[in-house]
Amino acid sequence: MIKKALLCTCALAAIGGPAAAQDVVRVFNWSDYIDEDILTSFTEDTGIEVIYDVYDSNEVLETRLLAGNSGYDVVVPTASFMARQIEAGVYQPLDRSQVPNAQYAWPEIDERVSRYDPDNTYSINYMWGTTGLGFVQELIDERMDDAPVNSWAIVFDPEIAARFADCGIYWLDAPSEVFPAALAYLGYDGNSTDPDELQAAADLMMAVRPYVRRFHSSEYVSALANGDACLAIGWSGDVLQARDRAAEAENGLTIDYRIPVEGTQMWSDQFAIPADAPDPAAARAFINYIMDPQVNAQAVNYINYASGNLGAQEYIDPEILADPAIYPDEATMDNLFIVDPYDPQTQRLVNRLWTRIKSGQ
Amino acid sequence: MRGGGWGRRTLIAIPYAWLLVLFLAPFLIVLRISLSDFAISQPPYSPVLDLPACFGEADLPAAEGEAPDLLSCLGGWADQFWGLVEEWDFDNYIWLTQDNIYWLSYITSLEIAAVSTLLILLIGYPIAYGMARAPKAWQPTLLMLVILPFWTSFLIRVYAWISILKTEGLLNQFLQGIGLLDEPLVILGTNTAVYIGIVYSYLPFMVLPLYATLVKMDESLLEAAQDLGCTRFTAFWLVTIPLSIPGIVAGSMLVFIPAVGEFVVPDLLGGSETLMIGRTLWTEFFGNRDWPVASAVAIILLLVLVVPIVLFQRHQDRAQEAGR
Repeated sequence: MIKKALLCTCALAAIGGPAAAQDVVRVFNWSDYIDEDILTSFTEDTGIEVIYDVYDSNEVLETRLLAGNSGYDVVVPTASFMARQIEAGVYQPLDRSQVPNAQYAWPEIDERVSRYDPDNTYSINYMWGTTGLGFVQELIDERMDDAPVNSWAIVFDPEIAARFADCGIYWLDAPSEVFPAALAYLGYDGNSTDPDELQAAADLMMAVRPYVRRFHSSEYVSALANGDACLAIGWSGDVLQARDRAAEAENGLTIDYRIPVEGTQMWSDQFAIPADAPDPAAARAFINYIMDPQVNAQAVNYINYASGNLGAQEYIDPEILADPAIYPDEATMDNLFIVDPYDPQTQRLVNRLWTRIKSGQ
Repeated sequence: MRGGGWGRRTLIAIPYAWLLVLFLAPFLIVLRISLSDFAISQPPYSPVLDLPACFGEADLPAAEGEAPDLLSCLGGWADQFWGLVEEWDFDNYIWLTQDNIYWLSYITSLEIAAVSTLLILLIGYPIAYGMARAPKAWQPTLLMLVILPFWTSFLIRVYAWISILKTEGLLNQFLQGIGLLDEPLVILGTNTAVYIGIVYSYLPFMVLPLYATLVKMDESLLEAAQDLGCTRFTAFWLVTIPLSIPGIVAGSMLVFIPAVGEFVVPDLLGGSETLMIGRTLWTEFFGNRDWPVASAVAIILLLVLVVPIVLFQRHQDRAQEAGR
């Protein structure tokens, strides 16, 4: 028995050895943001091992990047955050001629992102989506008839939000996501940096603060799926993953996602290579692999986000392509806005307001 | 005897070098960052200190001797440092005073740490006392039992409390199962959970020094006290407690100081209302990416802790001298 086991290990070492010794790609991506089978098949196809870590906030990623020597080869920042990170010299140019599958990139998305990454020098889009409302239909219906699930009012109007306090309201723990939403609900520009308007948004949030159970940017996926939460400010694909998990568990919970009528922000998460990446070649190989239309479609079908890959669309589940919560139609698109990064002054103000809101002080 | 002076000096130099490298140098770096401005750059503050350049990472190959280069480089850094101090660039400290969130954090942290220390003392003292009075043959086993939890990672043990305390958790299931409760208790995400977490995590740090003091105590003193007419309780109160004060002080310090800066317990078990300084620091550093303000918060925390400790130490010394 032992002999056999030893033999096996040797054989494995003989096959896996040279490849494993060859290359490693260190990927730092958002949580719940890939079909892990893709990582396995990437290693099988290329012989490059993947070390995969996750985060759930742009702020944490930015802290790591600005501290330097993060040790990652591929990171996935949101484009709006990327703008100032590029200025800080955090990234190296991403040469698309060395990433053949970049030819499948969706020009419209590239165009949209060029506002933050001029000429798409440093990045290529992985997925894009919206920040909106996730909810558990049954739990909402029990507490209110015709609840306005397609309006920010359900989380920002104290009288409505109060009804759902007992079944669990979760908010993303990111001021850059929630402030634009509150501003949009108040009828202001989601991009506003006017201190008075920001203060008004903060006051609004303070009024509904008692009804919020948790500020967290990834827990709401499982919380919605198992009924610990009934309402969440969350990201489109994450909510839809919760929907799939609940359906799989057959626990009688119907989860859905809505883009609020008052408008919300649309964001794009970009593949980028840090300037001090240990192995940029492995990083390009990884990005190239994910940009392969079939692989990319596999990712979309799993995580329910819209991809910046046009070539992938023929392999994507038609139901996903037709779902306006994932690929918004023209009319919904008109209601979406994109946000600019805050200047340091505004950033500080927003951060301080956010700390106050969260602590309820 | 001539060599003795050197040996002694080396021996004393080691702890001082240790303090210099691992305490004073990091402290100066943090102090230095707390005097700079927040910026979106790498690293995220300006002006940046060029310390790596001092240690041979400079682009220019050193033509002259290494040592003077290093010295002048460190000197340059010191000049830069004093430049900042002279400019009175204390904006970050002023920022801290403008917002009571920081003061609230300090005060809540001190309060939670103080109450936890008291609770731990109340729970830990009987445990240590029982251990010290247990038959000699049992003592190694009992000691082992106190240390045993350390074999599991601190983080995992705190995580375990989540599954115990949550609304559908073990504790609520048990209490509802025996019919004591109709509605589940909401503990997770409150300060109560933070207290439970801290008391649980730090209990061994109180029990061990207390046990060490109590086990050394001469039992004949108690017999003498009883011979002189003390009841068991007054003997305990008048003899055992005073003699165990060094253990109480050591244990309380070991618990109180790390509890003030605790981050893991409030983050995992506390709610977003639990303002503790460790968390505020984390938010400032990771959430807001504001290293200068985070450094200022850390410096103040150090002052908040060091000043009372020094005062206490002085008081102890004086009391000791008076006792002689």
